Amino acid sequence: MVDLSVRIGDVELANPVMPASGTFSYEFADVIDLNRLGALVAKTLSREFRAGNPTPRMAETEAGIIQSIGLPGRGVDYFLDEMLPEYKRYTPPLVVSISAQTAEDFAAMARDVSVPGVDVIEVNISCPTRDPSGGNYALHTDNTFKAISGIRAVTDKPVWAKLSPNAGDLVSIALAAEEGGADAVVVANTFLSLKINTDTFRPALGNRFGGLVSPALKPIVLRMVYQIAQESSIPIIGLGGVTKAEDVVEYMLAGASAVGVGYAAFRNPTALPAIIDDLERWCGERNIERVRDLTGAVRDDIEKDTHVAASARVQAGALGASPPPEETEQ
Amino acid sequence: MTPAKPGANFASDPQHPDARLPSSGERERPVGEHISTIVANHWVNDEYKHLVLDVPAPAVRAAAGQFFNLLCPSPDDLELWVRRPMSIYARREQEGRLEFLYKREGRGTLGLAHMGEGQELNIVGPLGHGFELDPAWKNIVVLGRGVGLATLAPLSQLAAENGVGVTALLSARNESLAMSGELFGSLGAEVVPLLDTDGTSSLENVEAILLELIEAGRAHAFFTCGSDRLLFLMKRLAHEHGIPGQVAVEQAMACGLGPCYICVKTFEVDGELVLRRVCREGPVFDMQEAVGW
Repeated sequence: MVDLSVRIGDVELANPVMPASGTFSYEFADVIDLNRLGALVAKTLSREFRAGNPTPRMAETEAGIIQSIGLPGRGVDYFLDEMLPEYKRYTPPLVVSISAQTAEDFAAMARDVSVPGVDVIEVNISCPTRDPSGGNYALHTDNTFKAISGIRAVTDKPVWAKLSPNAGDLVSIALAAEEGGADAVVVANTFLSLKINTDTFRPALGNRFGGLVSPALKPIVLRMVYQIAQESSIPIIGLGGVTKAEDVVEYMLAGASAVGVGYAAFRNPTALPAIIDDLERWCGERNIERVRDLTGAVRDDIEKDTHVAASARVQAGALGASPPPEETEQ
Repeated sequence: MTPAKPGANFASDPQHPDARLPSSGERERPVGEHISTIVANHWVNDEYKHLVLDVPAPAVRAAAGQFFNLLCPSPDDLELWVRRPMSIYARREQEGRLEFLYKREGRGTLGLAHMGEGQELNIVGPLGHGFELDPAWKNIVVLGRGVGLATLAPLSQLAAENGVGVTALLSARNESLAMSGELFGSLGAEVVPLLDTDGTSSLENVEAILLELIEAGRAHAFFTCGSDRLLFLMKRLAHEHGIPGQVAVEQAMACGLGPCYICVKTFEVDGELVLRRVCREGPVFDMQEAVGW
């Protein structure tokens, strides 16, 4: 029996697999058992009604889809009154994602959603298309600190900062979020992208820019998770290109405590429970009793395969075949 | 992720993510991810193919106007990233079969067109909100064009089951593209082909036919799919004569279940423009609220 449970700070998850915000709602209960998920993650909320971006909102590219939805939603009051009760019909912890234009409004939003039933506040400071320049809070350490610390001051709920892969120095951003009081970082949102239709000469998306979503992102985001794990002491939720159990393992080895799954559930609506099943089997086959032991378990002690290292091994007789001749005293 | 190639057989590669369904033993849900088997995939004319699938029992319990999200194989060396939504053409509950009629147009349908008998296709459904039929209606008028003819076809069965008469106006460039006439005809509908080749598909003629049907008391409801011009004509006449109407619309999708909000379309509700998800609130909508199909 494999123990799949993990902890993100004070939050206990039955397993490390959760949906990515924006790709999920309780409507998935039409096709899967939501109680099997590590957490439920609602779409990012804004204070007021937002229609979202013009269509087309999605385009296929050679190596993934780009999409620009524009955080549509009916606002925080509608969420609390109508949608929160729907989520609370299920047992996994509920992560509520929030977005705002100013640090003050981020704090106000966090206060508004700090109600019973909300288990975690995910702070979406990284929607790639929210700002026309492609920028947002998560591109700057000072803005990240300001938004997160403002939220920290008004809520006791666990706060997860969702970071942007479009930041130049993501480790510094993660440290700014940690310093601001984040309980975890979600690494990462989508990559700002562009596709131009060569027949019409127009951008393929109604909003011009979109976020790239693809299994191709996994090695890049995995590297980011690894680098952040080396420097930061708060848990990491890895998010980017997870389509199978081995991807979960890889993210955990790099330092993640849990993972988010987005695109894979578009392709296969049953992907999350299938990945959880596979993860349990993967651990069982290897006698790994607790999946949480995988976090940060990457073996970094490999010797560098350089000429100098190889020579040293030969000198030390490490290769075994023929011990180096003993030096004779002159 | 390895691209699913035409001819991919899930039984031979059970570890492929598209073949990997979660452990069974769960209660049945309204929507399923199923592995279906292709019974036939034949050309019906120069542009359209007729796909017949053997599907598990829950999949065949689909309502008229609902759709499935098909995981079409890639037609080339590149990956196909999202499923292709396709409305049901017919369902055969006894045989456990679903039928689709599709136009080979983009990469998804090109890949699908390459598939043959015995191959497996991953499908998700049934999805969406289908047609509504009031058994009190004596006769309905169905007006479609192009791929819309396939979407409207299940109305023939639904109407027959409810003892509702049907007049099916099937608009097409030529006779070979006026599909679903046989299906409607076999279930007792009056079928009127409207062709570009002989001018009968002109808006003036279609309007005249619709007015005649209204006059004769044979237009208790309107249904349309496949053409903005036909939609606007029907919408205007329906409004003028107080006839209820429904339109099936299409839009590119990703999740097919609601959360992603990629498939939204604009509708006009009480004078205000609102965005609705084609996959969830549709694909069948109130005709008077539609501003395009």
